[in-house]
Amino acid sequence: MSRILLILLLCLGLAPSQPALAIDPMAFKDRAEEVRFQKLVRELRCLQCQNQTLADSDAEIAKQLREEVFRKMQEGLSDREIEDFLVARYGEFVLYRPRVESSTALLWFGPFVLLALGAVLLVLHFRKRARQAPAATAVAQTEEEW
Amino acid sequence: MWRALIPLIVFALIGALLWSGIGNDPTLVPSPLVGKPAPEFSAPVLNEPQRSISKQDLLGQPYLLNVFASWCPACRVEHPVLNDYAQRGELTIYGLNYKDLPEDANRWLAQFGNPYAGILVDPEGRIGLDFGVYGAPETFVIDAQGTIVYKHIGPLTPADIETKIKPLLQGDRSS
Repeated sequence: MSRILLILLLCLGLAPSQPALAIDPMAFKDRAEEVRFQKLVRELRCLQCQNQTLADSDAEIAKQLREEVFRKMQEGLSDREIEDFLVARYGEFVLYRPRVESSTALLWFGPFVLLALGAVLLVLHFRKRARQAPAATAVAQTEEEW
Repeated sequence: MWRALIPLIVFALIGALLWSGIGNDPTLVPSPLVGKPAPEFSAPVLNEPQRSISKQDLLGQPYLLNVFASWCPACRVEHPVLNDYAQRGELTIYGLNYKDLPEDANRWLAQFGNPYAGILVDPEGRIGLDFGVYGAPETFVIDAQGTIVYKHIGPLTPADIETKIKPLLQGDRSS
């Protein structure tokens, strides 16, 4: 019994503890830099293989852009500056997390606007029903059916 | 009752929105560089490493910058089209040999023809990066002032050239 348990535990150990990383051998100077790099390339889209991030993709262009991100980090650019560099060339589409701007306002706030609209309609609906409730008749019910 | 029409109207609006999206190819990412000055570039010429072509050298006439490579199957598809237009002298086309080896590029050109007024080599894709290239073939239309007026992603067809590219160059050439 304990042997089976042991085997199961070993299998668990084999399972990758995090999603596959971009594995190009890069000379990170410390763990923090590597974490920063991995975080960045997971927020950037590979344009060739659009549903993958730069971290996920094996495409040539993804490899090149990973190297470019690394190089820019070495040059001391901030995350924002690196994103700007790529956006200037490839457009906002490279960002998995769209920026909050006038062009993306609908995307960011649209759902909340709809939610608020729904809430207002619902409140109006209930108020109307509450007013009609005392005189609740079958006719009033069908009026409100939909 | 008019309220009964609301769902229909909402349906029609959503339908119109979704309908307008049908046929849009999501792999064609609009370039933020269109309408802006082309990035500065200077690269050695294929087979003439001592000579280089820069953006400044090409100012004064509109041209196409065609990103191609011997490893790119779709480039073969558009290549006869480029050959035709170059041969008839209707377009000036410069090539950007992208992430390729000179010997491969030469073999490829020998096999499929060379429509280019000049070929810049970009073995590591540095120029490609500045142009936001993410695959080949891609074609940039650059006007006499050095502004990118159009970017085409994927193989060019005669229809693309006639309807999208030529109208852009018409005014430019006469001016």
